[in-house]
Amino acid sequence: MPQFDIATFPSQIIWLAISFVVLYILMARVALPRIGNVLAERQDKIDDNLASAEEMRATAQADAEAYDKSLALARSDARAAIQETAREVSSDAQAKSEQLGQRLAAQIKTAEAEIERAKTAARASIRDAAVGVAQAATQRLIGTTPSEQATAAAVDRALGGRS
Amino acid sequence: MAEAHNPLEQFHIKPLIPIHIGGIDASFTNSAAFMVVAVLCISALMILSVRSRALVPGRWQLLAELSYTFIAKMLTDTIGKEGRPYFPFIFSVFMFVLFGNMLGMLPYSFTYTSHLAVTFALAAFIFVAVTLIAIAKHGMKFFSFFLPHGVPIAMAPLLIPIEIISYLSRPVSLSVRLFANMMAGHTLLKVVAGFVIPLGIFGAIPVLGLVAVTALELLIAFLQAYIFTILTCIYINDAVHLH
Repeated sequence: MPQFDIATFPSQIIWLAISFVVLYILMARVALPRIGNVLAERQDKIDDNLASAEEMRATAQADAEAYDKSLALARSDARAAIQETAREVSSDAQAKSEQLGQRLAAQIKTAEAEIERAKTAARASIRDAAVGVAQAATQRLIGTTPSEQATAAAVDRALGGRS
Repeated sequence: MAEAHNPLEQFHIKPLIPIHIGGIDASFTNSAAFMVVAVLCISALMILSVRSRALVPGRWQLLAELSYTFIAKMLTDTIGKEGRPYFPFIFSVFMFVLFGNMLGMLPYSFTYTSHLAVTFALAAFIFVAVTLIAIAKHGMKFFSFFLPHGVPIAMAPLLIPIEIISYLSRPVSLSVRLFANMMAGHTLLKVVAGFVIPLGIFGAIPVLGLVAVTALELLIAFLQAYIFTILTCIYINDAVHLH
């Protein structure tokens, strides 16, 4: 087997040492620090961005809270205004309906008084007519005209209970 | 050409540029060439792709970043914060083994991780370094590592040799596991491929097998790099924290 040809060992080991030392120096001095820097920079950038994102989120949340607060305030203001207006409107309406009721009651009262007056007037004119009719009838039946007072008394007696 | 059909031919080390320094053969071979290619590929991936330092990474930069975070996570999961100084080394080990395995999957390429000399040299270096770190961190207390906590003292004569043997066999198991996996997989590929042409029309059957074995080998190439690296992490963890 070529692996056990001891004559090749020195050259293999010498070149292994040379190439490995070169590789080690390149890696330790150049490649690894550079990659480490790139990774660290990226991590920093990510951390920075996360921090600023967190900040923005906090600001946004504060804004949202302020918005909610002002919205709630506006809403309660509006509700108060609506209640105020409703109360005003209803009291106004009540006052108006009371006025109307009073006016109507007054009108009813005048109308009733009018009716009463008309009734008495009518009743009086009926009595006068009855007295006249009674006088004329008596004249025709017995030829004498009864006195105004006597006829009126008789008519009143006759109408007595029905006025 | 008869030799080309030998499944072990692919593991032959051929000098490309013969170099001899003081009687030692330091020739630039095909193995060395692929090590250099691996270093170039890793450097291109890890350095060029991150040149733009894009905030949102492109594909190559993402690949580089994923390798970085993959190894960084492995390191912190097994060792914790104390593992940080070893990150460049662990990362280099992982990439060097992974690219060695993966480049070996290309046809006509050479797999330097399929050679015991390479894997053992890496494992032996790791073993020695880990032992030195442990002694530097814990001094003489390091040797208490060979007697697990809460073991009756009567068991010590039996347990201590076992622990020492298991400790000393770490570089062997670490290097042989990688080398044997790589060599066996590539030999199997070559053997199966050897059946395709002689079987004529029925060569389609080994081709299907080749496809399956290639997929398996890709998985093993990654898996063995991962195992090699995580075992290194575990050894360093033992050195840093003892028990």
